[in-house]
Amino acid sequence: MDDFKHCAYLDPILTRFENRSDYLVQILREAQDCFGYLHQDAIDYLATKLNLPRARVEGAASFYSFLHLQPPGRYRVLFSDNITDRMLGNQALMERFCRNLWVEPGKPAEDGLVSVDFTSCTGMCDQGPALLVNGHVLTRMSVERVDRISELIRGKVALTDWPHEYFVVADNIRRRDVLLGGDWQAGEPIRAALARGADGVLAEMKLSNLRGRGGAGFTTAVKWESARLAPCQGERAERYIVCNADEGEPGTFKDRVLLNSYADLLFDGMTVAGFAVGATKGLVYLRGEYRYLLPKLLANLERRRIDGLLGTTVCGQVGFDFDIEIHLGAGAYVCGEETALIESLEGKRGVPRVRPPFPVTRGYLGQPTVVNNVETLCKAATIALNGGAWFAGLGTKQSTGTKLISVSGDVEVPGIYEYPFGVSVDRVLNDCGAGNAQAVQISGASGVCLAVHEFGRRIAFEDVPTAGAFMVFGAHRDMFEVARNFSHFFAHESCGFCTPCRVGTALVAKLMDKVASGSGSQYDINEIVSLQRVMQAASHCGLGQAACNPVMDTLQKFRPAYERHLRALDFEPSFDLDESLATSRQLTGRDDSGAHFGQ
Amino acid sequence: MTTGTMLIDGVPVSFEYGQTIMEAAMAAKIFIPHLCHHPEFTPQGSCKLCTVKASGRYVSACTMSAKDGMEVENNTPDLNDKRRTLLQMLFVEGNHFCPSCEKSGNCMLQALAYELEMLSPRFEQFFPNRPVDASHPDFLLDFNRCILCELCVRASRDVDGKNVFALAGRGIHKHLIVNARSGQLADTDFSLQDRAAHVCPVGVILEKRKGFAVPIGQRQYDETPIGQQMDELAARSAKAEE
Ligand SMILES: Cc1cc2nc3c(=O)[nH]c(=O)nc-3n(C[C@H](O)[C@H](O)[C@H](O)COP(=O)(O)O)c2cc1C
Ligand code: SF4
Ligand code: SF4
Ligand code: FES
Repeated sequence: MDDFKHCAYLDPILTRFENRSDYLVQILREAQDCFGYLHQDAIDYLATKLNLPRARVEGAASFYSFLHLQPPGRYRVLFSDNITDRMLGNQALMERFCRNLWVEPGKPAEDGLVSVDFTSCTGMCDQGPALLVNGHVLTRMSVERVDRISELIRGKVALTDWPHEYFVVADNIRRRDVLLGGDWQAGEPIRAALARGADGVLAEMKLSNLRGRGGAGFTTAVKWESARLAPCQGERAERYIVCNADEGEPGTFKDRVLLNSYADLLFDGMTVAGFAVGATKGLVYLRGEYRYLLPKLLANLERRRIDGLLGTTVCGQVGFDFDIEIHLGAGAYVCGEETALIESLEGKRGVPRVRPPFPVTRGYLGQPTVVNNVETLCKAATIALNGGAWFAGLGTKQSTGTKLISVSGDVEVPGIYEYPFGVSVDRVLNDCGAGNAQAVQISGASGVCLAVHEFGRRIAFEDVPTAGAFMVFGAHRDMFEVARNFSHFFAHESCGFCTPCRVGTALVAKLMDKVASGSGSQYDINEIVSLQRVMQAASHCGLGQAACNPVMDTLQKFRPAYERHLRALDFEPSFDLDESLATSRQLTGRDDSGAHFGQ
Repeated sequence: MTTGTMLIDGVPVSFEYGQTIMEAAMAAKIFIPHLCHHPEFTPQGSCKLCTVKASGRYVSACTMSAKDGMEVENNTPDLNDKRRTLLQMLFVEGNHFCPSCEKSGNCMLQALAYELEMLSPRFEQFFPNRPVDASHPDFLLDFNRCILCELCVRASRDVDGKNVFALAGRGIHKHLIVNARSGQLADTDFSLQDRAAHVCPVGVILEKRKGFAVPIGQRQYDETPIGQQMDELAARSAKAEE
């Protein structure tokens, strides 16, 4: 085995991660950064050094979309393929790009220069179509940009020498309320929390009635208290605060903005949570697509250490030690599910765990762990500062506070809008300049699709709950195609653990393609409905349970969009049932209604 | 030892705290269809054949703890219908040609298909390309039939301490791999004595030179339907299956 050249770059990585196998995903990611892909020798070497079965290393590497066991092109180009990218013409751009460079999607060019493929929503819906090139995000693609990029690649120009403006990601904040409009100094929420004491913070959290902003809407104070009361286990006995910055739900990009411009508030929130829960360590799970934010976030953490906001004796509070580290994801939507996220943090395939036990009792490394969304933690920081009553005074009774909404699609002003909970869909549509919307997909692919007659409904846990996505579809859009795009998203992102989702999502995507090709009938639609019942009932996690939501919603509300594609509205049998009874009628001498079908 | 009582399809079933619905049902000789469950190994809950309704919610019987007063629906048309669909999914996902399979009659997938009256595979076949591995002197691996139940993975890891098997890929592309750079079983330390050599519920891990020792028609599930073999299913840990 020629592990010579591989150990040269692997050894420093292994040293940095202390040869800990629970850092496997991070180690693999960095190894790939050095060598371009994960060479067989590198897999062998890592397995030996980390004392893991080789098949486990290979199994983990093969789980993540952004890790490669085969050499991809030297320029790995991935076109973001959310429905919003499609509406902005990503398919034509990709075709053009492929023609420019004589390359086929999914197959590296023969000279190894470039490979092209689609990837799931990159969280740039307000400034798409977007691309990832060697993991770096490029926004606002156009014919000119795609042509220029083709030239840059042909000329083997280093990514660092590409036009800077291609890499600009704008915040696009359009409406500020108490969170985005607030003005706080880094560390202020921590000092306020220390003054209140851990019990005081928990009391304010309860009073605030803050509910999770990641989708499930679980009461944050209950989570924190459960983790605080849960005993730690074994040798490395400590509690953890995990920030879920995986933001993979198509159409959602508000955490991107918080991470970019409100990172101090997030880190304050994590530290406040650590103080209230009795945790000593915080982990941010940052989706791979947002790695461009990593240097800035790491610099921020370093500054906070220098300022005494992290490390030992945080803000001078003797006995309160807290630090934060950042893990990068590697292209797997399911890792946003909190237990899959924890598995990934532990260096494994991102497969959701059996629950119970829940993370608050046994999470990261088996220890009590709080998993919260980025926005939830930012809100917690403001509660530590301003108190629970202040927060509870905003929004509605059951949905306190404000919500960040990521608006994209057929609107004049896409971007981030912050509203108190209870805002009507109509109001948001008005504010963002959605002229002739026929539908809004709320909370992403796994959320709900609202039609015009439902635009009076309100964004709130008690009416239309949301993790933040708000994708608008104008009257000219084919809602069947919207659902088909989402069905492929789920098939691509299913972790494959359980039968109903693994096979069901693939079958539904195939059936939707059949309908799209014009050879589907009502029978195929019925099959989808029947699959949906099984997937919703029997899937192991929310991904499979919700995977058919977009199809079911659009089937119900935009039936004609489907019927346009169907070859036959009903299954057409090749024989006539009533006619086949004619002989029996003759033999029995009956001709009453009971002797006929369908009468 | 504390015990409780739940109802399975209206029949009172007592259990010890900590037992799953599946374990309690097995002890009471009530059949809940299952594929990835095996009394000897940690439950994993992936095949979902054991889906039952407990107090109104769909749950996996093999991973859900029994609770006092719980009302469990098991043998109902709704659940059996869903289980049948799951079986159909498994059949079209792999390549299953029962008449030419050495495991026919001893195969749990096939037995459950009979038990749940699955008449056709229903969905379009995926026809995956899964080459057979005949490299090992004593064993053949026919991945075409793998249902990804991970029993071999668990047995090799937890009993044999070898980690011969693992999973790779994601979604519909998920597949079983062996612990060798070549990808060949011959290059692992797999052996006839391994527990993992004898747990596959379908016809993937087959011993060479032992084909058709018992004629088809006289095999385990040929004579008695799987649903009536509660003792055999519960005793699976006591003997190595053939
Ligand atoms: C398939 C799937 C994907 C998810 N993705 C995310 C995500 O990207 N970000 C997030 O915060 N929560 C996500 N969640 C929800 C998390 O499991 C979890 O409920 C959340 O992080 C808890 O934080 P909160 O209470 O602050 O909302 C996802 C759930 C599922 C089932
Ligand atoms: S529902 Fe889908 S994503 Fe969730 S565990 Fe099952 S296969 Fe994995
Ligand atoms: S080889 Fe057999 S035991 Fe192993 S995962 Fe496949 S079906 Fe299960
Ligand atoms: S037997 Fe319970 S999920 Fe497989």
